[in-house]
Amino acid sequence: MKSAKFDHQRTASLDDALAALGGADGEARIMGGGQSLGPMMNLRLAQPDLLIDISRVSGLDGIEAAGDNAGDSVRIGARVTHARIEDGGVPGATGAYMQEVARGISYRSVRNRGTIGGSVAHADPSADWPSALLALGGDVVISGQDGERRMPLDGFQIGPFATGLGYDEILTGFDLPALGGDTKWGYYKVNRKPGEFADAIGAVVIESGPRAVCGATESAPFRVTGMEEKLAGGATEISVAEARDMIAAHDPGFDDYDLQIHAVALSRAVGRAFS
Amino acid sequence: MTELTLKINGEEVTANVEPRLSLADYIRDHRRLTGTHLGCEHGVCGACTVLMNGEPVRSCITFAVVADGTEVTTIEGFDDDDPMAQLRQAFHENHALQCGYCTPGMLVAARDIVTRLPDADEDRVRLELAGNLCRCTGYVGIVNAILAVLEQRRA
Repeated sequence: MKSAKFDHQRTASLDDALAALGGADGEARIMGGGQSLGPMMNLRLAQPDLLIDISRVSGLDGIEAAGDNAGDSVRIGARVTHARIEDGGVPGATGAYMQEVARGISYRSVRNRGTIGGSVAHADPSADWPSALLALGGDVVISGQDGERRMPLDGFQIGPFATGLGYDEILTGFDLPALGGDTKWGYYKVNRKPGEFADAIGAVVIESGPRAVCGATESAPFRVTGMEEKLAGGATEISVAEARDMIAAHDPGFDDYDLQIHAVALSRAVGRAFS
Repeated sequence: MTELTLKINGEEVTANVEPRLSLADYIRDHRRLTGTHLGCEHGVCGACTVLMNGEPVRSCITFAVVADGTEVTTIEGFDDDDPMAQLRQAFHENHALQCGYCTPGMLVAARDIVTRLPDADEDRVRLELAGNLCRCTGYVGIVNAILAVLEQRRA
C-alpha cells in the first residue's frame, strides 16, 4: 500500500527539529532511517500529519567510548545505523554484544538505513533493541525545549509503541555501560525466518549484577528477577522448566505456547552466555 | 510538494514530488525505470532493492524526498559494473530466475554479498538472502550463481 498524505519537513539541526516538533499542528513524528515508521505508514497503521526528517541532522551519529574499564560508558548517537553496529562500530565487549544483536535485525538493506534510536523510540515490542538494551542497562538521552535529560532504560518503554518520551522531545542517544572483557552475555530470538520480527527474545548480560530480559511480548520487555537472582548466585544454566516458572511469576499474560517460546529463548540465551 | 535533486544512474535530476511518494514509485512512474519491482511495499520481499550512495536500501519504504542529495543506482545502471556483469552471466548459467520478478532486487542484494563478504560460504549466502523472496526457483540456482561469482572473484 501507499502512505496517506503528510507534510514533510527537512531539518538541519536538532534545534530546528525541536522547534518543528513543538510548533506542529496535529500529529508530528520524527523520522531517522524510516525503516519502522515507513512500513507502518505504507500499511496506514501510522498516519502522521507531519514528518520531521532528522536524517541530516549532524551530531546524532557519534559513537564515543569514555574508557575501557568496567564502570565506564559508551555514548551512542540515535542515528547510528544497525549496519554500522553490525560492522563493529561500537568498541569493546559492549560492541561485541551489540554486533551480535545488530546482525540479526531484519536484512542488510534495512540495516543500512534503520537506526538504533529510531528502533527504541518507535518501541515495537517485537524489535530487537528495546529488549537488547534493557539487558545492557544504562540511560536514554533525550532533548527537549528545556535542554537535555536522561531516563534509565529500565522503565523507558511503558507498553507497545509507548515510551517515556514527551510529545515535544527527541531521543538523541544512549549512554550504555562499557562491559568488562570477561562479561558473559547471550542473545536468542525465536522467529521462523532470519530477519523477521521476533516471536520471543531472551537477552542476558551477566556481570556483578546480572540482567535477564524477556522480550517480544505483547507489551514492553521486562526483566526476569528470579532468573537474575539465580544467575547472581552462580548458576551457569537455566532449564526451560525453571525459566517458565520465573517468567510466569511476572504474570505476563502468556498462553502456554508463548510461555514456552519465551522460556526457550531465555534458557538458550543463558546457554549461549556460558558456551 | 517538495523539491528533490538526486542522481539516478549517474544523471542528475530535479523534481517536485509529494512527500508521500516512495522512492520506488518515483523511480518507476516518474523516471520510467521499471526494472525496479514492487512486491510487498513494506520492506519484507526485497524486490525493490536499489543502491543509495552505494549501499542497498528498500526503495518502497524510503520516501523519495529522503533521497534528496543522494546517488541512486537502479538495475538499469549497472551496465559497466564488473561484479554485476559476473552475476548476470552466473544467473543465466545457473538458471537463477524463472519469472524474473525478484531478479532486480536479487541482483542488487547479490552484488552486496559478493563485494562486502568475499569469504561468504553457502550458509552465509543463504542467511544474507533472507531478505529477498523468490517464489519460483527454490533459491538453489540463485545461491549457486552467487557462490560461483564469489569463487570467480577469489581466484
